[in-house]
Amino acid sequence: MKHQRIALALMVAFFALAPAVIYPLFLMKVMCFALFACAFNLLIGYGGLLSFGHAMFFGGAAYISAHAAKVWGFTPELAILAATAVAALLGLGSGLIAIRRQGIYFAMVTLALAQMVYFFCVQAKFTGGEDGIQAVPRGSLLGLLDLSSVWAMYVTVFAIFVGGFLLVHRVIHSPFGQVLKAIRENEPRALSLGYDVDRYKLLAFVLSAALAGLAGGTKALVFQLASLTDVHWSMSGEVVLMCLVGGLGTVFGPVVGALVIVAMANYLAQLGAWVTVVQGIIFVLCVLAFRRGVVGEIGNWLRKPL
Amino acid sequence: MTEIFGVPTQALFGQLLIGLINGSFYALLSLGLAVIFGLLNIINFTHGAQYMMGAFVAWFLLDKLGLGYWWSLALVPPIVGASGVLVERLMLARLYKLDHLYGLLLTFGLALIIQGLFRHEFGSSGLPYSIPKALEGGTNLGFMFLPNYRAWVVVFSLAVCIATWFVIEKTKLGSYLRAATENPAMVRAFGVNVPRMITLTYGFGVGLAALAGVMAAPIYTVSPLMGADLIIVVFAVVVIGGMGSIMGSIITGFALGLIEGLTKVFYPEASNTVIFIIMAIVLMIRPSGLFGTAK
Repeated sequence: MKHQRIALALMVAFFALAPAVIYPLFLMKVMCFALFACAFNLLIGYGGLLSFGHAMFFGGAAYISAHAAKVWGFTPELAILAATAVAALLGLGSGLIAIRRQGIYFAMVTLALAQMVYFFCVQAKFTGGEDGIQAVPRGSLLGLLDLSSVWAMYVTVFAIFVGGFLLVHRVIHSPFGQVLKAIRENEPRALSLGYDVDRYKLLAFVLSAALAGLAGGTKALVFQLASLTDVHWSMSGEVVLMCLVGGLGTVFGPVVGALVIVAMANYLAQLGAWVTVVQGIIFVLCVLAFRRGVVGEIGNWLRKPL
Repeated sequence: MTEIFGVPTQALFGQLLIGLINGSFYALLSLGLAVIFGLLNIINFTHGAQYMMGAFVAWFLLDKLGLGYWWSLALVPPIVGASGVLVERLMLARLYKLDHLYGLLLTFGLALIIQGLFRHEFGSSGLPYSIPKALEGGTNLGFMFLPNYRAWVVVFSLAVCIATWFVIEKTKLGSYLRAATENPAMVRAFGVNVPRMITLTYGFGVGLAALAGVMAAPIYTVSPLMGADLIIVVFAVVVIGGMGSIMGSIITGFALGLIEGLTKVFYPEASNTVIFIIMAIVLMIRPSGLFGTAK
């Protein structure tokens, strides 16, 4: 636990001090994706459920938050809350269907459900089709803090990210998290011990969806944009990649993975199709030779779980 | 003009034909996925990219070497299948002892690489591939006009599906395959080279995808992303049918194509999503799929 506290302090210090030298907008993007990856990691790392459709919560929530802030004139905190709530509801609906299958089937079912949400977003009027929802007003937080200034926005995103991260951390180390791990290791055994396995899985799924929604809703305000990119299946693949690079089932892995992948996308942006190729190569290399991921390797070296 | 349920018969049969064509591709692709899954326990995410490779190799053979459609039909499946054999030997073979999800992640990464490379080389706009001379034109059936090439696609893919079913369910080779699916260690003890069988099975499944790609080339434009969205629909088809039976995936493929075609006539807004909706309903009622066994 001591190692985790030190790592936590280092992470918080990094995101608190880094804007002095790194573009704040880039860091905000990293934090949004890091929260998204942490939400996803809760499911795969601790529940053993590989969702290939998490873009539906992230991108769906982005649309809700953008629409609420722009058309309904919600304040930012209400827009983000609404986005989170809708993502949780979507998680409840899709979770009820998806947890009926396990393993590979679970991945295929979530992918198919996310594709359904994608087509809905393509056709629905309020999403603006190919244009997306642009020029979303950031508004002022609680009517007090004007978020159009970069620093106010940065502090808000920072608070949301750290809050979300601590929540995930709390859940992992709670009795609920222990039961989840038991289900991942041996589902029939957990069932025979009297745990209602389906309810635990569903709760984990809803929680993961809600946190992914929180990340997506925040991202829509930061970039003042919600678009089809965020609900596309490639986004679901990207969040899998972040967790894989950082280390599946590690606490800090998703954050490191998000930093690596977002930075890579930024530097390679002008290369077009090559970004996909590089991402694919990283996928293949990680699966073949680097299954622990960056943080997993460090943890293994220190002999402490990080 | 005659009408059925307020829809002109021309339009109805036209959409049903398109549905049948799409169904042919669903059936061929889900059949390949089911064969691979049966023996390797891996869901081949690269399947869509390999289908696209089939179409591109056919285009390449015609454009650069002057070899036409019929040559492609014979040559492309072994060529692309051979690339599949390489992938199995070099990469997938290392993952059999691990969680099956790693196979999914690896093949997803491969699909990204292949699609990215083709997009870099050919752009996303797509290349034309003309219908072979012998199958140009069409036949007037009285109630509708039937393009010859489309009729050929339906008949030929049905024949390929049934031939595959026959080989797996009714021949000695197929019985080895089914036995290895049940219990690989036992089949090995009888002196059958199971690892080689696994390799060839993967190559065969990939070859089926490539064959579908060749047949698709004259209908859809040949483009790097032609398989990317299709594979997700095929996954849903596989979940609906369940991967337990070969005949199951063939029937489900054709049936869902037809249902999709009907949706285009009666409620076009839902035509993109109807298969996913059916998947959700089937999962609620029969979680292991229509033809699947609980496992």
